Amino acid sequence: MSNVLSGLMVIAATATLAQAVAGSALADDISGAGATFPYPIYAKWAEAYKQQTGIGLNYQSIGSGGGIKQIEAGTVTFGASDKPLEPADLKQNGLVQWPMIIGGVVPVVNIPGVKPGDLVLDGPTIAAIYMGDISRWNDAAIQKLNPKLALPKLDIAPVYRSDGSGTNFLFTNYLSKVSPGFSQKIGANTSVQWPVGIGAKGNEGVANQTAQTSGAISYVEYAYVKQTGMTYARLLNREGKYVTPDAEAFQAAAANADWAKAEGYFLILTDQSGAESWPITGASFILMHSDSKDAHTAAALKFFDWAYRTGQKMAEDLDYVPLPDKVAKQVEKTWQDSLKVDGKPAWPAK
Amino acid sequence: MSATTIAYFPQLKREARAEWVFRRLTIASAALVLILLAGVLAALCYGGWPALKAFKFGFLTREIWNPVTDQFGALAALYGTVVTSAIAMLIAVPLAFGIAVFLTETCPLWLRGPIASGIELLAAVPSIVFGIWGLFVLAPVLQHSVQPWLIDTFGDLPWIGKLFRGPPYGIGLTTAGLVLAIMVLPFITSVMREVFLATPRSLKEAAYGLGATQWEVIWNVVLPNSRAGIIGGIMLGLGRALGETMAVTFVVGNAHRISTSLLAPGTTISASIANEFTEAVGTLYTSSLIALGLLLFVLTFTIIAAARLLLLQIERRGARI
Repeated sequence: MSNVLSGLMVIAATATLAQAVAGSALADDISGAGATFPYPIYAKWAEAYKQQTGIGLNYQSIGSGGGIKQIEAGTVTFGASDKPLEPADLKQNGLVQWPMIIGGVVPVVNIPGVKPGDLVLDGPTIAAIYMGDISRWNDAAIQKLNPKLALPKLDIAPVYRSDGSGTNFLFTNYLSKVSPGFSQKIGANTSVQWPVGIGAKGNEGVANQTAQTSGAISYVEYAYVKQTGMTYARLLNREGKYVTPDAEAFQAAAANADWAKAEGYFLILTDQSGAESWPITGASFILMHSDSKDAHTAAALKFFDWAYRTGQKMAEDLDYVPLPDKVAKQVEKTWQDSLKVDGKPAWPAK
Repeated sequence: MSATTIAYFPQLKREARAEWVFRRLTIASAALVLILLAGVLAALCYGGWPALKAFKFGFLTREIWNPVTDQFGALAALYGTVVTSAIAMLIAVPLAFGIAVFLTETCPLWLRGPIASGIELLAAVPSIVFGIWGLFVLAPVLQHSVQPWLIDTFGDLPWIGKLFRGPPYGIGLTTAGLVLAIMVLPFITSVMREVFLATPRSLKEAAYGLGATQWEVIWNVVLPNSRAGIIGGIMLGLGRALGETMAVTFVVGNAHRISTSLLAPGTTISASIANEFTEAVGTLYTSSLIALGLLLFVLTFTIIAAARLLLLQIERRGARI
């Protein structure tokens, strides 16, 4: 019978284990739960913050879905999600959200003779590949973008992330924005129904499958490309400029975005304007109750403020992109306006 | 023991009370399992209800699994679960039979211990290790040598050719089946070995005495005697194969599609849940994943019940002879 259960336990384990661990943490610690993508930087910040202030952070990287459920249930001080909640959802659950850290998604390929940065792609072409409309590397559409590159007559093997992830969301969100066909047939979400290709689990699974399969194309987080030296492709952005995936390109996308107009920071950084903007950029979000009774609210805000001010170097070391100062200031203004603890403004915290 | 005896010996009364408590404790332990089982079933039904209500019977018959449009059907996952387990059984059962026969009949005595413990150790390897091994070691070998050969050799044949077409991805239904076969092998082997050993020595010696060859003894004496045990072992392995999660998630290819090719990527029920549950947002999506869990529960339960019925029939027939 244990076999039957083991399959089902996955369901229970994610929720209960996280709760059990969170419950056992020290009462003085700030507790948070959610997205896995920002976990390494949140953990590093927490370690440094604990050394400086003695206040710890207990962050459970159980996935964005779990983070949203936990903050709605009020079992944690903050939730974290790679996909922003829509303003209506925020209102309904009495939540406030803001961007915390930026990351990017980079297309990678495995074509014999093609080196990192050699290949140029644009959104509609990638969408056509993932819809199965373009199936050979020497297709006219790809050749047109790469007139100087000798592309082989090789079948394209699309590889995608099989586990629900913020990476999937950003990638499909971008393709939906630039390709009406993709938006209609597939759409954007943390998991989608891919008509072609093979699914691999996690960045490491995707990277391995791409490295093994001649003719493969896939997409991974920027940090992964940088650390493993995969063959990335450059992208043609909205302004028709070729961009190379690097920290400046992601930050350009974040800086060019019009956060002030986005209600509840509901803004996805894909396909932003600006000559230097990397088109598949995204922020990871923090969620908190607007009218909280949680005694740790002020401590959590202090931690986030500290991270905005002094955590930038640490973020860059881990190949994340810190939020531009301009946006961080705006976020703190939002705390002042819309966060309350026991009916009193939560920020500035004493 | 009569009431008068108890009256004469007071310590007997104490013992009788201890006996009563002990009996109740054992009943409670057994009942706890049933209550847990019922609890799991109830929780799955409750959690999966919104999806079952929305899609009705279509949940079982549709291949679509689209979180964007909130349309879910379990057919692809169900198909993948059954196919990978079937491949695993096709490979593991004959292999386990061979190992068990070797260990009980033909293996030199000094070698039996090491081989038996080696196989049992295989059962102790965590499934995540099998998954990573499958992805990083087995898949490249399959992709570069085995699968191209299969495609070249069988791909153009009529009928069965359909099972071996498409690009060699390395991972897919076949790879998952192979990894599962290795994982269930120790379970089936152990059970088979035990039941083979349980064959009465006198029967075997009588058969040898009548001039039977080793093969004839195995086929005509050992096997009929251990039929029930063999089926039990196979079912144990099958139950494990159906529910295995982590190893399969790594090597199955995770595509909610039904392809005729066995080399194509697919998905299984448990792999889908493991992949998507953490990031699933929205009632219908999470509910559909829980309904998948319910489906696996029912599937495994049905198979175990069917095995029990089969065993019952065999026992009855055996009694008649």
